[in-house]
Amino acid sequence: MSATTLPHDAAGHHGEHHPSGLMRWLTTTNHKDIGTMYMTFSMVMFFLGGLMILLVRAELFQPGLQFLKPEFFNQLIGNHALIMIFGALMPAATGFANWQIPLMIGAPDMALPRLNNWGFWLLPPAALMLTLPFVLELFGVGDGALATGWTFYAPLSVQGGIGVDFAIFAVHLLGISSIMGSINIIVTIFNMRAPGMTLMKMPLFVWGWLVTAFLLVITLPVLAGAVTMLLTDRHFGTHFFSAAGGGDPILFQHLFWFFGHPEVYILLLPVWGLVPHVLSTFSRKPIYGYKAQVYSFIAIGVLSLIVWAHHFFTAGLPVPALLYFMYSTMSISLPLAVLFFCWIATMWRGAMTFETPMLFAVGFIVLFGIAGLTGLVLADVAADAQYHHSYFVVAHFHFALFTGGIMGVMTGVYYWLPKWTGHMYSETLGKLHFWLTVISFNLAFMPQFFLGLAGMPRRIPDYALQFAEYNAISTVGAFILGFAQLLFAYNIWKCIKGGPSVSARVWEGTEGLEWQLPSPPPHHSWDVQPTVK
Amino acid sequence: MTHREIPRSVPGERRESPLRGSHRRLRAPARIAALPAALLPAVSHADYSWNFPEPATPLARDTLHMHNQFMLIITVLFVVVFGIMVYSMIRHRKSAGAAPARFSGPTGRLQWFWVLVPFAMLLFIDFILMGIPAFHAVLYMEDTQTKADMVLKVTGMQWKWQYEYPDSGIKYISTLATPRDQIENKAAKGEHYLLEVDNPVVLPVGRKVRVLITSTDVIHTWWVPQFGVKRDAIPGFLRETWVKIEKPGIYRGQCAELCGKDHGFMPVVVQALPEPEYKAWVEHKTAEQAAAASSGDRAWSKDELIAQGEDVYAKNCVACHQANGQGLPPAFPALAGSKVVNTPLLGPDGKLAPDTHVYRVMNGKPGTAMQAFKNTLSDVDLAAVITFERNSFGNTQGDMIQPAQIKALR
Repeated sequence: MSATTLPHDAAGHHGEHHPSGLMRWLTTTNHKDIGTMYMTFSMVMFFLGGLMILLVRAELFQPGLQFLKPEFFNQLIGNHALIMIFGALMPAATGFANWQIPLMIGAPDMALPRLNNWGFWLLPPAALMLTLPFVLELFGVGDGALATGWTFYAPLSVQGGIGVDFAIFAVHLLGISSIMGSINIIVTIFNMRAPGMTLMKMPLFVWGWLVTAFLLVITLPVLAGAVTMLLTDRHFGTHFFSAAGGGDPILFQHLFWFFGHPEVYILLLPVWGLVPHVLSTFSRKPIYGYKAQVYSFIAIGVLSLIVWAHHFFTAGLPVPALLYFMYSTMSISLPLAVLFFCWIATMWRGAMTFETPMLFAVGFIVLFGIAGLTGLVLADVAADAQYHHSYFVVAHFHFALFTGGIMGVMTGVYYWLPKWTGHMYSETLGKLHFWLTVISFNLAFMPQFFLGLAGMPRRIPDYALQFAEYNAISTVGAFILGFAQLLFAYNIWKCIKGGPSVSARVWEGTEGLEWQLPSPPPHHSWDVQPTVK
Repeated sequence: MTHREIPRSVPGERRESPLRGSHRRLRAPARIAALPAALLPAVSHADYSWNFPEPATPLARDTLHMHNQFMLIITVLFVVVFGIMVYSMIRHRKSAGAAPARFSGPTGRLQWFWVLVPFAMLLFIDFILMGIPAFHAVLYMEDTQTKADMVLKVTGMQWKWQYEYPDSGIKYISTLATPRDQIENKAAKGEHYLLEVDNPVVLPVGRKVRVLITSTDVIHTWWVPQFGVKRDAIPGFLRETWVKIEKPGIYRGQCAELCGKDHGFMPVVVQALPEPEYKAWVEHKTAEQAAAASSGDRAWSKDELIAQGEDVYAKNCVACHQANGQGLPPAFPALAGSKVVNTPLLGPDGKLAPDTHVYRVMNGKPGTAMQAFKNTLSDVDLAAVITFERNSFGNTQGDMIQPAQIKALR
């Protein structure tokens, strides 16, 4: 490990040379600025994606078509997913990485700052690409945005309009951005750690991100390849996914889910990394089973690469393949159980207090537990024939990605925001936000498990009468959930503007390098590298 | 199919439908598994079902049984694991005077033992308790051929199902029967809103039916929840599954894979008949089809063709090209004033020529939702719908094509 010390012209280095106003943000190479931009972008996309799904839920409030045409409904569901995954969750995780990794490993900045800037500034054009077709349609150009669901399944996507092409290019841009971000993170982690911080002394959040970054670098090129093949099938007469020309529609599903399943863990691993820190802080007790958690992260990362076909058990795979993918999927429950064990053991015999980050962390564990357990059942091929393509799956992956992903992000925001701004957020608003979120989330998604069991397929704009009551409840829950997030945004905004000052350690039980810097940390952190014992 | 119009919600009255959950017949484990959910506020008279609908095939019974067992297992896991956590959250609070311990891993043999026991249990649950029944269920589900009595071929297409009986040559299309007015909230919704079709697929009770599934355009999924069967229809490939229906009745399901605009409007309805009635149905249907086929040999008048064509159009074309022929451009072009509709019927040599009206209807347009209707429509229906289109929506070609001509062009 190189104990790099940057050439620093001693005093007066703090925040002098950067331009102000818009140019500051366009040209910045500072990890904190870029982190802030990622988080802001993520928040904007979170509300955009949320707005889309509230339109969908409004339509589904009652049977019959009330507000939306089916074509438009199909555009909303797919773009909701793409925007939430690529626009809200992944940038939020990258925002955390930018802010926290240099602070946590004692580095002055990310290793490749200009790449970092470029990685971020690819995102707004990509978001524009995704949403532009909605606007173009209003002016009579094309027939709207991607209407195939976020999975782009061929041949539906071969048949689709210009929205598909826009989405393909958006995915390319997002992919390039993520790959650059990942390379930056890997290089930073391998080269910029403070002297004495061996890999096995690295904070768990950094470990979670290291595994994530490798998964991104491995799988995103496959997605890029798959959508490029789709593009050539659409416009250049190839037949990768058309049986008539010797291709196979299922090939697309294999390629897509080779990316798509690890993607789930790409969204979750950064969160799994940050939750132990929060649990340890508010239990005032060291993290339990550090090594076990690191090995579990790696095991889950590796396993996630070899289970993809459980996303299309109903497509008609040969029996040996069904059995292999069933058992390999079930085996993910083992490293995941290690994590749950360690999290609960970290709390065990601590001295717990329940500030907002801790509430979110505990809520995350319980609700994400439901996602894990239903996932275990979904792995079973024969039962999956009933769950698949139904609302049961919709509920399952929202328990995974909303409570496992978004609530994990909220945990991190409440935990680190005082560090970043130097102010304490409003604890009352935070707690209100937590309870509203948890209750309305369950109101929105618990009924969807039962809708799925009763036989309601997903992605339908209208439904049979026996599904009416649960859908009505779900819509009410979704609207409360959506509006509760305004509290979150308001609380953050208020905290940035001002509030009670906090100490360097912020919380009583914190451990780690980032808490040694003042709150907020200086523009260039760690001018002198710390040493880890 | 009966259209019994009933008001949306009658207090105190339970609507019965075969799709309804069978929670009153649940086994004990399922009752326990459903408990946490039952604690949700529930209005007793509304439609709240907690589990799969009542199984109608051995496969669905097997699946339900396994599902109930697994739900029980994960509910127990949930309660135990988070029970421990909640206990800790109550006991080990700072406000309760707890002093934090400093341990960060197991120390000593006894602790290692207690740490490893849960994982041994999980291994047992994963690969023995759940793994073994799941293994047998997969083999059972995938055994489509042993002792199969008959074959049904299902073809998905945007947005309808075609059913074909290779044994008797019966072949027909099944489309949504719910009137547009109900979907647009202009009329009260019927009991089987969106789950009713014009021609249900008819199957005999007690016979193992091997179901072959394919598609002509995009991927669809044939799903009847009460059969425990869900299989994708993939264009260019055959997939298979099987059903053995135990009781006569009507069973309803839907397409389960997003397949475009009207994905939510292509239900599956299966009518299961006792063997003798099924045989009678086959005879009746065969005779009906023979009559329809021979009617193609005679000369039809233009008015006859237009009248028949209007009907064919309403069932096969209206979803995209719309009732007024204006389509939904740009994805679904208008037929009114369309270049293709207003070309000569055929090429100058009297044969099919690309981009003529007959060619387009028979062969479709690759890469779009316009499918090759020669695969699904009879000679009469093709001639009728083409003649209808040329003389409707303001198109005034005035000509016609005979079913016999279509037959010759195939």
